[in-house]
Amino acid sequence: MPISYPTGAVEEHLITRRSAGLFDIDHMGQIEISGPGADEFVSHAVSSKVIDMKDGDARYSLLLDEAGLVLDDLFVYKLPGRWWIVVNASNREADFAWFKKLAGKTGTPALKIIDHSEATYMIAVQGPRAIELMDLVSGKAVSVLPRFTSGELKIGGIPVLFGRTGYTGEDGGELFFPAERAVELWELLLATGAKHGIETKAIGLAARDSLRFEAGMPLHGHEISPSINPLEAGFKWACDFEKDFVGKAALERIQAEGLKRKLAGIEVSGGVPREGYEVVAADGSLKLIGSCVAGMFCPTAKKYAANVFVPPEFAKVGTKVQVLIHGKPKDAVVIKRPLYIPAYRR
Amino acid sequence: MNIDKNARYRTSHEYARKEGAEVVAGISDHAQDSLGDIVFVELPELGKSFKQGEAFGVVESVKAASDLYMPMSGKITAVNGDLQGDPSLVNKDCYGKGWMIRFSPTNAGEWDGLMDAAAYEKEAGKE
Repeated sequence: MPISYPTGAVEEHLITRRSAGLFDIDHMGQIEISGPGADEFVSHAVSSKVIDMKDGDARYSLLLDEAGLVLDDLFVYKLPGRWWIVVNASNREADFAWFKKLAGKTGTPALKIIDHSEATYMIAVQGPRAIELMDLVSGKAVSVLPRFTSGELKIGGIPVLFGRTGYTGEDGGELFFPAERAVELWELLLATGAKHGIETKAIGLAARDSLRFEAGMPLHGHEISPSINPLEAGFKWACDFEKDFVGKAALERIQAEGLKRKLAGIEVSGGVPREGYEVVAADGSLKLIGSCVAGMFCPTAKKYAANVFVPPEFAKVGTKVQVLIHGKPKDAVVIKRPLYIPAYRR
Repeated sequence: MNIDKNARYRTSHEYARKEGAEVVAGISDHAQDSLGDIVFVELPELGKSFKQGEAFGVVESVKAASDLYMPMSGKITAVNGDLQGDPSLVNKDCYGKGWMIRFSPTNAGEWDGLMDAAAYEKEAGKE
């Protein structure tokens, strides 16, 4: 996936918000877990409630270590007789090893854990016209699927697992299919869009980042990471304290002690905030209070914004702070996240 | 690569074009193309003086922030306020609506040290 295509990052972002964007996300990993005891194993391994999931359901979850820190974030699919777990590219090998290690401790001997990443290709189709496009290629098999569910489809003879999920704040879905059919399916989607007057374009990494950022979704290594816990990052909702899961005891301890910092969104005037930039108090003291974990120009919100970790007293909406941009303090204010409310939540 | 034949250039890809007694400056088409989508431009205050090669502002693209360097020594007489509302003018029309600053040169002889269009085209083509 290139940073941007010749279309340009800002236009790619806007096309996804107004029509349909195609994302070549083969870098994502897919791990299957099945066999006796798989349901209990997955429920223990991931943070969110999964035991109530029905076949076809897809749910966001976190993979935590015993210290309650975020090893990765996941999309967990429950399919007939197996769990299908989508992981981030950079964590794929570590996640696979983690699941194996955990299975050695708590799993049943017959539990199967398989990394399908090499054989599986992944494309995302996102935007207000994505479902219309997918219906055209699948014989209307997609619009019947509710948000956060999945279905097995045939597209141009290619077997596809389609999840009505995504990472942009738009409706649409993510397609899993045999890697050798990737070019064929990609071209079919572009050609179908062109034929039916649905503006459909390839979208690069920069637009993928600005789309997810506006929609308030985290990127592992930024808003969440192995040095960040889900409570300070605002992901308590993805942790089911009614069940037992890896990292739960640590999170309860962290909760009882109180949070030392919190994730907040800020809008900046007079510059573009970027990852690593320091956040300082706005009282003229330039006292260091935190740093930006992601920041950029947001094409739909038309704002320069960043996600920052700051002490809780600085994380309230309306709080004035400053960001050091090229050594100069620039005014910023804590704003409500997300900047863009996902289309399927409106 | 689009080149303004009437302008002269610095190796850091700023252009300078004489307009009466003043000089208009911005970044070349080659520069805007390699930066990608430009999302912010920071320009200097009116009346401020800079030496040749001194940073007068910053251009920020989706990818990165880059300093802007004075092609010649001079005193700022105008800045392009339109870039605040629409920095993408630099991508769309870098030599026209995407101009950045106008200055009155304080050392007119520096003009002769800048690359002409042909020399710049050759230089930028190497990258």
